[in-house]
Amino acid sequence: MNDVRIITGNEAAALAVKLAKPGVIAAYPITPQTSLAEKLSEYVEKGELKSEYVRVESEHSSLTVCISASTVGARVFTATSSNGLLYMHEQLHWAAGSRLPVVMCCVNRGVGAPWSIFNDQQDSFSQRDTGWIQIYCRDNQEILDTIIQAYRIAEEVYIPVMVCYDGFILSHTMMPVEIPDSGLIEEFLPPYRPHTILSPDDPKTINPVFFPTRRENSEGILCDGYMEMRYKLQAAFEKSGEVIRNASREWAEITGRDHGGLIWEYMTEDAELILTGMGSIATEATLAADALRDEGIRAGVVGIRAYRPFPKEEVAQAFKKATAIAVFEKCISYGYEGGVCSDLKAAFYGTDIKAPIHDYIAGLGGRDVKTGEIVDAARATLETVGSGDTGNKTIWLNCYKGI
Amino acid sequence: MENIDTNVSGVCTPAVGEAGRTGEWRELRPVIDSTKCIPEVKGKPACFLCWLYCPDGVVSMTIPVEIDMDYCKGCGVCAEECPPNAIKMVREVDADE
Ligand code: SF4
Ligand code: SF4
Repeated sequence: MNDVRIITGNEAAALAVKLAKPGVIAAYPITPQTSLAEKLSEYVEKGELKSEYVRVESEHSSLTVCISASTVGARVFTATSSNGLLYMHEQLHWAAGSRLPVVMCCVNRGVGAPWSIFNDQQDSFSQRDTGWIQIYCRDNQEILDTIIQAYRIAEEVYIPVMVCYDGFILSHTMMPVEIPDSGLIEEFLPPYRPHTILSPDDPKTINPVFFPTRRENSEGILCDGYMEMRYKLQAAFEKSGEVIRNASREWAEITGRDHGGLIWEYMTEDAELILTGMGSIATEATLAADALRDEGIRAGVVGIRAYRPFPKEEVAQAFKKATAIAVFEKCISYGYEGGVCSDLKAAFYGTDIKAPIHDYIAGLGGRDVKTGEIVDAARATLETVGSGDTGNKTIWLNCYKGI
Repeated sequence: MENIDTNVSGVCTPAVGEAGRTGEWRELRPVIDSTKCIPEVKGKPACFLCWLYCPDGVVSMTIPVEIDMDYCKGCGVCAEECPPNAIKMVREVDADE
């Protein structure tokens, strides 16, 4: 019989980590930490999970512990949110540059200032260029499944993976989640094989100063310079799309649950109006698409699941027939527009996609985004078709802008 | 997954000359005055603080104390630490004369 439980996103995440059996978990226990780290410490205390649980004094340290443990061959896990993630910023680069398959959950929350504990995606969005794979989940089942997949992906391409899910909307909301059998995990997830193990038996220096040029080492072997090392990270990213797709497909084969590879689509085959976004706002958009269809508007949704690597080919294909595009995002690159919007436009360059693209900035700091608001916004986007409106502006949804 | 590229992260093996000939960086050269150096004066192993503090590990724990000039980068830490001030840092050009 299937083990289905009604649990929060955080508990779904904790159960996934338990199934992946990391050797080391490090977490800072205080705000902005969530109940995810609490659940994990409970499992460790009860002896249900045989991990070394390291409670640290900051998020910078929690990721450092993970980096160190991963370097000596352990599978690792950490979790954080908002300003905690920002505090990790330097170590995010170290984990990626060291090519360590760290898996972390970012429970998406707004960042200070001013203080917020509520949901938006500015935290992980602002860490976009640290060299981590970022996958955004739309419901609690996807959180659980994605964490298992994340280990498989990270350990195959040696890129750390950030599993992002919306704070409170998913993290603290209960939904039915099917818990896979541990035998199934063993089949899907081979043991972690480190590319380099730091050990006293074979002393090595990890990440010494790399020079601008390639150079000979003490044995006369020509070694990479800094630029070669960075190129290898980009090359691994170029390969990672296929690995994410395969992980998703194989997971679907053994569990029957397919969350999509880099993107997912909802009623897009004949859609004239396509709504898009990452995480739970894209789920909300599917309800909006239903409502728009009731009005006779052929609407569909494309959910961006992987933000990095960006699904360039997939979106060029998925949006091919759209006559209008409405992007809903919970983050912004100040002084320009939302990141998903920019990336979509870049992916469309040179294609036949000429549809107006409206960028709706929505739900910052936990402001509720109602289906009806998405419906009205998307309809307004469709109405601009043929009006000469290029749509190159951000529209702040449900935000008082003064007089 | 079969072939792991172990060269994906920045790794080097500790070995003499792994970072190139650091001696080429030197502007000041440490010169030991054997009439002041404690192990030499006493004729037995003692002090060796220069050996302990040298960040490049190029000082020998021998009598007399020797410095590998291929890799001594001339930082002057040894001269700073030497209790009887037996080490003087001398400009390379002057030292050659
Ligand atoms: S401490 Fe500095 S100056 Fe002295 S021997 Fe070592 S590298 Fe040379
Ligand atoms: S620190 Fe000075 S006195 Fe001591 S061993 Fe070195 S050179 Fe000699």
